[in-house]
Amino acid sequence: MKDLLKDLVKAFENKTRLGIMSALMVNDYLDFSSLKELLDVTDGNLASHLKLLEKGGFVTVRKEFLDRKPNTKYFATEIGKETFIRHIRAIEKLIQ
Amino acid sequence: MDKKKYLDDLHAIKYMMERSSRFISLSGTSGILAGIFALIASFIAYITVYIKPENMGYLNTDLSQESKFIIMTIAAATLLLTLGAGIIFTSKKARKDNQKLWDRQSRRLLINLLIPLVTGGIFCMILLLKGFIGLIAPATLIFYGLALVNASKYTLSEIRSLGMIEIMTGLFASYFVGFGIFFWSIGFGILHIIYGIYMQRKYGS
Repeated sequence: MKDLLKDLVKAFENKTRLGIMSALMVNDYLDFSSLKELLDVTDGNLASHLKLLEKGGFVTVRKEFLDRKPNTKYFATEIGKETFIRHIRAIEKLIQ
Repeated sequence: MDKKKYLDDLHAIKYMMERSSRFISLSGTSGILAGIFALIASFIAYITVYIKPENMGYLNTDLSQESKFIIMTIAAATLLLTLGAGIIFTSKKARKDNQKLWDRQSRRLLINLLIPLVTGGIFCMILLLKGFIGLIAPATLIFYGLALVNASKYTLSEIRSLGMIEIMTGLFASYFVGFGIFFWSIGFGILHIIYGIYMQRKYGS
């Protein structure tokens, strides 16, 4: 049991952050506006959650220009993906 | 231990993975309508073009200037009706599912559908120009099937099976040249109606 709880990640215990990670797991990358559309949250809210995931090393950011407008792409890091999978496995075991 | 919360989390993860990678608001009704339009169109085309078989097994076609014009008109009308019904019912379904009709997911679906489909369209034009009339119906079925298989990664998985069946129908049709219109009405008519009813039952409208 202790091992399981160890795999649960505090950073993912939030609906928006869980949503961000889920979406980034199945997409190569997503930009800010698509994430916002998917999760249906405000700019500020999304930005702060993304910042937290970035600080944890789960997500990386690439800034580009698209038609001279800044476009920020978000990627899940390898560590982020591994940790998220372990998090899901832990949840599955806890439910059983 | 709050199992409920973890169960909710798991559902949320699954939903978000689906939502963010696939366009899930396909409408069964537009499938049924597409099938009905295709059946009507192929019936009209049949009575316009095909001449009573003189020998068993192979049907002769009459492709005069006039009947070519009628066929083109039928094709264009069918395409417009099908597209129109598709857009109307899919946007209804999308609204119900709270998904946008024109978003990243639907754009990706459309692009991956169009690459094989446009290739097939151009290929069929060339067949028509070069006079390989018999292979046009099979080619439309095969390319349509390939387009569906290719696009199925970005939408509901049933599309993949529909695509495979369309490809098989097309291959049969290319072996039995001369019965193109029958296979065509199976592939575009009957299969679409069956698929539409199945999707309606499973996902609602």
